[in-house]
Amino acid sequence: MKRLHRSILAAVVLVGSAWALAQGALSWGIRGAVPVPETHPAPEWPRVEESATRRARDYPMQPPTIPHKIDNYQVDLNAHKCMSCHSRRRVEESGAPMVSVTHYMDRDGNFLAEVSPRRYFCTQCHVVQHLARPPVDNDFKDVGALITEAADRP
Amino acid sequence: MSGSHETGWRGWLRRGWRILRRPARHWSLGFLTVGGFVAGIVFWGGFNTAVELTNTETFCIGCHEMRDNVYQELRRTVHYSNRSGVRATCPDCHVPHDWTDKIARKMQASKELWGKIFGSIDTREKFLAKRRELAEHEWARLKANDSLECRNCHDFRYMDYTQQSPRARERHSTALASGEKTCIDCHKGIAHELPDMAGVEGF
Ligand code: HEC
Ligand code: HEC
Ligand code: HEC
Ligand code: HEC
Ligand code: HEC
Repeated sequence: MKRLHRSILAAVVLVGSAWALAQGALSWGIRGAVPVPETHPAPEWPRVEESATRRARDYPMQPPTIPHKIDNYQVDLNAHKCMSCHSRRRVEESGAPMVSVTHYMDRDGNFLAEVSPRRYFCTQCHVVQHLARPPVDNDFKDVGALITEAADRP
Repeated sequence: MSGSHETGWRGWLRRGWRILRRPARHWSLGFLTVGGFVAGIVFWGGFNTAVELTNTETFCIGCHEMRDNVYQELRRTVHYSNRSGVRATCPDCHVPHDWTDKIARKMQASKELWGKIFGSIDTREKFLAKRRELAEHEWARLKANDSLECRNCHDFRYMDYTQQSPRARERHSTALASGEKTCIDCHKGIAHELPDMAGVEGF
């Protein structure tokens, strides 16, 4: 009897997943529906968002995405291309937003004269915004939306 | 001293003058004229060919300092590989098109060649140590000629702002259009890695 139950269960699961697969309900993720031994064609190279407007941030501590190309921008001991526009002294000429004051603070909260060493390599936190379709859906809700939802709930 | 004692340089001069004045015995005047003309062309052409020869990228990267340092860096930039397949070679940016400027620049470049021959920049380390100085020469030159070499390819008059990125449009339509700034003021390090930029305007 127990045996029969188990086989039925297995059959249901099998048919169910085959159906789900046929419907495309199961996600293949970024890889796409290509069998493992095969190489799938490279996805198209997405273009960089070139925009003078700012995107909304999802939470106050979010590092904003970079709305411009940064190809070949040199950031090393010799030169800091980003800071040639985003530093305190350069923003008047470049028209770029100044890096916020957190970028001038060391970990003890002291304000430094130049960008803090822990913020020197910008792309540790900031990424270029590409005009790419997200490969997986995202149902992130920011804290504001959650609060409104909670308030609306009876 | 009388005319019969023609010694020293005066004598040479006088004799030479006489030869020059004597009509050609074996060669016709026509031949001489045409021959001289041809010889002139050959000489001039040869000189220019030599100049042109040193004006190719193959020549520029013939020595390993250039090949191993600046050339390798150039290969990673938009001036070496891009969607349109138009590329800039060393002389495009470094050698003026105008003839007198070109020769003047050659003389200056020979100084850098001497640097190589006498071994003052024969390693990567020595090159990097000299880099700021070399870069400053190029910045000064491009600043003085209003970035002429850049403009040989990128003509401001035909730039379409509407096709440019917002950052480019904003700066080109103001500081560049008014003539307050020139290309090299804003586009340092476009083809090579930058040296220590401490104290350089714009950094
Ligand atoms: C030539 C000047 C210039 C350089 C160099 C530059 N930026 Fe920018 N950046 C701007 C401008 C101007 C903006 C404002 C948006 C615009 O006009 O594109 C901006 C916007 C940004 C923003 C978005 C700020 C916000 O609040 O949304 C970030 C992040 C950023 N840049 C990071 C970087 C990083 C990291 C680098 C170096 C890899 C860099 N930038 C190099 C000019 C520059
Ligand atoms: C350790 C992570 C980190 C690094 C490294 C970092 N940032 Fe940020 N950045 C942030 C965060 C987080 C924010 C948003 C909160 C804030 O302002 O502190 C931010 C904000 C910004 C802003 C927007 C400022 C504003 O007032 O709107 C700019 C521009 C920016 N960063 C540029 C840079 C540049 C240029 C560098 C490199 C020199 C850099 N950041 C390095 C985390 C980082
Ligand atoms: C032999 C012609 C030539 C010369 C000389 C030249 N360029 Fe370019 N430049 C190009 C080409 C071709 C491109 C790439 C166009 C494209 O996007 O397809 C380019 C691209 C650029 C870009 C865009 C970079 C990017 O990331 O999109 C800048 C900035 C630039 N050049 C500046 C300069 C400056 C400054 C000089 C003088 C020092 C110069 N160019 C000399 C041909 C030239
Ligand atoms: C006042 C500063 C300034 C001057 C002067 C200037 N540029 Fe630019 N240019 C910029 C900025 C800022 C960008 C956008 C960021 C980047 O690519 O570095 C840009 C971008 C470009 C681009 C890429 C176009 C695009 O859509 O992004 C080219 C090509 C270019 N410049 C060529 C030139 C040439 C050639 C000259 C001289 C005739 C020149 N620039 C003078 C600031 C300047
Ligand atoms: C698109 C223009 C361009 C091209 C192509 C180019 N250069 Fe340069 N070069 C420059 C500029 C501008 C400088 C001034 C320093 C800087 O801004 O990077 C420079 C500087 C130099 C220097 C001084 C040291 C330094 O790095 O600053 C040397 C040496 C040099 N170039 C050699 C070469 C050689 C060799 C080639 C060919 C493989 C070449 N360049 C191709 C624009 C160019």
